[in-house]
Amino acid sequence: MNVLTDNFSTFGDGFLGTVELTLYASVLALVLGFLMASFRVAPVGSLRVFGTAWVTVLRNTPLTLLFFAVLLGLPRFGLVLPFKVFAILALGCYTSAFICEALRSGINTVPRGQGEAARSLGMSFGQSLGLVVLPQAFRSVIPPVGSTLIALAKNSAIAGAFSVTELLGTYRTLSELGYNIVWTFVWIAVGYLIITLAISALFNVLERKWGVAR
Amino acid sequence: MAVDPLIELRDVNKYYGELHVLQDINLTVGKGEVVVVIGPSGSGKSTLCRAINRLETIESGTIQLDGQPLPEEGKALAKLRAEVGMVFQSFNLFAHKTVLQNVSLAQVKVRKRKREDADKRSLELLDRVGLASQAPKYPAQLSGGQQQRVAIARALAMEPKALLFDEPTSALDPEMINEVLEVMRQLAHDGMTMVVVTHEMGFARSAANRVVFMADGRIVEDRTPEEFFTNPRTDRAKDFLSKILKH
Repeated sequence: MNVLTDNFSTFGDGFLGTVELTLYASVLALVLGFLMASFRVAPVGSLRVFGTAWVTVLRNTPLTLLFFAVLLGLPRFGLVLPFKVFAILALGCYTSAFICEALRSGINTVPRGQGEAARSLGMSFGQSLGLVVLPQAFRSVIPPVGSTLIALAKNSAIAGAFSVTELLGTYRTLSELGYNIVWTFVWIAVGYLIITLAISALFNVLERKWGVAR
Repeated sequence: MAVDPLIELRDVNKYYGELHVLQDINLTVGKGEVVVVIGPSGSGKSTLCRAINRLETIESGTIQLDGQPLPEEGKALAKLRAEVGMVFQSFNLFAHKTVLQNVSLAQVKVRKRKREDADKRSLELLDRVGLASQAPKYPAQLSGGQQQRVAIARALAMEPKALLFDEPTSALDPEMINEVLEVMRQLAHDGMTMVVVTHEMGFARSAANRVVFMADGRIVEDRTPEEFFTNPRTDRAKDFLSKILKH
């Protein structure tokens, strides 16, 4: 029980590390996912191909392999960044593929006529997507995007294996200090629960506010 | 024939895979003319209507609007679409916007009007179609006939040169059809250029300058309503009319 109280700052650092990874990677994943979803429904063929390739490659690569590729691969091409930034890049890009597909399924739930009506009024592709289609798609993608971000929070544990400070990695320090491993993991689990339940709560609020009215 | 052509289709062909849905279509619609397109389902009349503002692409031929050939994509096409209003069978009002926002949105975003000016004009137009009191409601709260009248107001808000109607009353209950046709009759009376795909023969008779009869992707007859309904030239048209005018 005293694992937590004795090592509060270690847990705290790990917790904040995971929060930071989750937050930044989420923003990156949402922005990239939004962009890729736009590409995948764009009237320009080359953009559609790019979006499809992005999703196919990132969604089908094991996340650990992607971490190796980014953290060990990119420095070989002269791109040297802090490991934490690399971890955010890997997590964000990986998750963006899933966000893209969730958004795209939402776009497909909006009747075709909505976009046609917007275009027939002289709106550009960007306007009809941004003003008419996506606001309606948004309502139906709140639950799957929430799930994807929760998965992102848990996937961030992989960064610990690459010496980025995060929650799961704290067990190594603590077990070396001789603390009971079971209790260590219990408190780590509680830490993850706080983050994932917070994401759930946020998306519940969003859904109540914006969800599809039936 | 009208002196001043607004919409001109020349040798237009379109295929859906093997299916030749538009075959060598030639059609000219003059300024202020009301052309009603009728024909059996699958004859290509909706496709024709949608091709005029390029919601459907064509394989060959030319479509000109006010002397300008239809642009391929991008800004020029958007600009041209703003000049041609479209009213759909399924209304297609923006479900997440109020009635007033539906009519104002494109005025603000495409015509770059100020929000207040756009709303003022929207309310005038909604009043014209008898729906000013419904302005704060959402489309789902309105009846089909009301939604379609809002859709007409939304198209008019862009001050289009022409209006295209793609079976505007086909999704409506019989008692709501008239309220929509009445608005359309008024528009025709006010000199709006209109292409109307419809099954409403009464409207064709009373409001159209010309009736275009399509079958199997071709224009079979193109005449005044009086001539067409009393004395159709082709067997295909006779057959069609005998089926729909019997009851």
